Amino acid sequence: MTHAAHRLLKIQDNVNTDYIISGRYKFQIRDPKELAKHVFEDIETNFYKKIKKGDFLVSGENFGCGSSREQAPQALKAMGFRAVVAKSFARIFYRNALNLGLYLLECNTNYIDDGNEIELDLDANILKNKSKGLNIAFKPVPPLAKKILAEGGMIEYFKKYGKLEVNE
Amino acid sequence: MRQTIAEKILSTHANKTLHAGDVAIANVDFCFGQDGTSSLIIEGFEKLGKEKLFDSSKFCMFIDHSAPSPNVGVSTIHKIMRDFARKHSAKLFDIGCGICHQLMVESGSLSCGDLVLGADSHTCTYGALNIFSTGVGSTDLAIAAASGKNWFRVPETIKLVINGKLPVGVYSKDVILHIIRDITSKGANYRALEFYGSTVKRLSLSERFTMSNMSVEMGAKCGIFEADKKVLDWVKARSKRKPNPVTADPNAVYINVNEYNVNTLGPQVALPHEVDKVRPIEETEGTRVDEAFIGTCTNGRLEDLEVAAKILKNNAAHPDVRLVIGPASREIFLSAARKGYIETFVKAGAVVLAPGCGPCVGTHNGVLADGENAISTANRNFKGRMGNPNANIYLASPATVAASAVEGKITDPRTFSRRLK
Repeated sequence: MTHAAHRLLKIQDNVNTDYIISGRYKFQIRDPKELAKHVFEDIETNFYKKIKKGDFLVSGENFGCGSSREQAPQALKAMGFRAVVAKSFARIFYRNALNLGLYLLECNTNYIDDGNEIELDLDANILKNKSKGLNIAFKPVPPLAKKILAEGGMIEYFKKYGKLEVNE
Repeated sequence: MRQTIAEKILSTHANKTLHAGDVAIANVDFCFGQDGTSSLIIEGFEKLGKEKLFDSSKFCMFIDHSAPSPNVGVSTIHKIMRDFARKHSAKLFDIGCGICHQLMVESGSLSCGDLVLGADSHTCTYGALNIFSTGVGSTDLAIAAASGKNWFRVPETIKLVINGKLPVGVYSKDVILHIIRDITSKGANYRALEFYGSTVKRLSLSERFTMSNMSVEMGAKCGIFEADKKVLDWVKARSKRKPNPVTADPNAVYINVNEYNVNTLGPQVALPHEVDKVRPIEETEGTRVDEAFIGTCTNGRLEDLEVAAKILKNNAAHPDVRLVIGPASREIFLSAARKGYIETFVKAGAVVLAPGCGPCVGTHNGVLADGENAISTANRNFKGRMGNPNANIYLASPATVAASAVEGKITDPRTFSRRLK
């Protein structure tokens, strides 16, 4: 099943967490669904309205840089995004998204335009861009990350295993 | 063993020899949250079903980002934090205490060689104390608070060697802005930084905190300095714990070595809306200033206020400029009052805020109007950062901000060089 890719129109690289969800909201709104209505508000008005459950957010380098606010991936997930696809991710955002069970896929996003229809094949590490007839390989998700994502996030993982484990 | 400082600190805390690229579970010496991240920490902790914190003496919370509270939503979060602290006998630094990163280095909880996690991206500040400290999100912090551990990917390290004598009117803020321009916002992503060189040796701890603080603006996980006498004196004066200074091995492997000479460096300004859009002050001099802000975890320390006071002494802020000053902690506020800086600021027309983050995060205390320009000593100038996406933020040293406040436009602080010597 395919889902739509969404790109921000004005900014591709270094999309920071202030842009994802502004500090003026994250300090006072705790409901992720309410936060989701303000995602990218300072960059593009009404961005949230075009997102459907299972869609992909597509960006450039260093996505999620800046503040450590976990409300950023939380709001993106609450909007319905299945995954964020970018050339690279900032490290705190990477961990936060993983901990919340939001997939981050690292690949060359030059081959995905706004509105393209995408299908995700997690087993083959491939994004199929149906609109362009292209298969785009993404960097395999590291083993620990895969286990955390499989449980739906870090809290669920920790509750199940009772501890953190790296090697098995 | 060919290890960097980051590799050594993580090895000690994981009880095995680690090198860049390894992933390991490590014990955390201290962890904390602030009022922007703690409600999710508490939610995460409670979902884990743990009755108790791993060690209530190794965890605390700070109310600094919106303090005192500007609205009901924030007040509710503050109350959740106070209730949690009471229930778990955890230390809570309430309104008026100051910014988490300043309180962490003042409090005596930290010592050289520590591994520290904070639910705030500028946790990297304690690198100046020879500490591996890094920012994480709320769930990661909840895991650390519940178990005393977390997982780490051991970072590659970039070695920065900074030599030369800083000219009058030029400060560590200018040096780090210059380095950020060179490395860019993403250039140190997932990496550690180590700071060396004759310039670094001469800098005070206060000036070094400014540099380690901004390591994250290049994507770095941490920015670590060696534990020289100044560092050891600072730690011994505050902490009861024995410092465990960590040095890199002479043959440690670095992913890059960058050298800088600051002998001829001038004041630097980061232009809207990216921290790495740094230019020499000459390229932006004369830009109208509506608000000038001196404070934050980057530049709200006593030495920063001292520089500002030198420029503002018997020198009013321009009538069209709103000058806002936020001491980083209560201790700094009191020292500044004793030294007469606060009186100087108030006489110059400034608003002096309660210790805390002030207008840096745009939730209260000086939100900008459409089309306005602010010059600030903070670390971020993202669109909307100070509460309005239609305003512009310029980042500079306390001297540049104070000079600009007096003139009503971005001004080279060397205009006031006689006061700064």
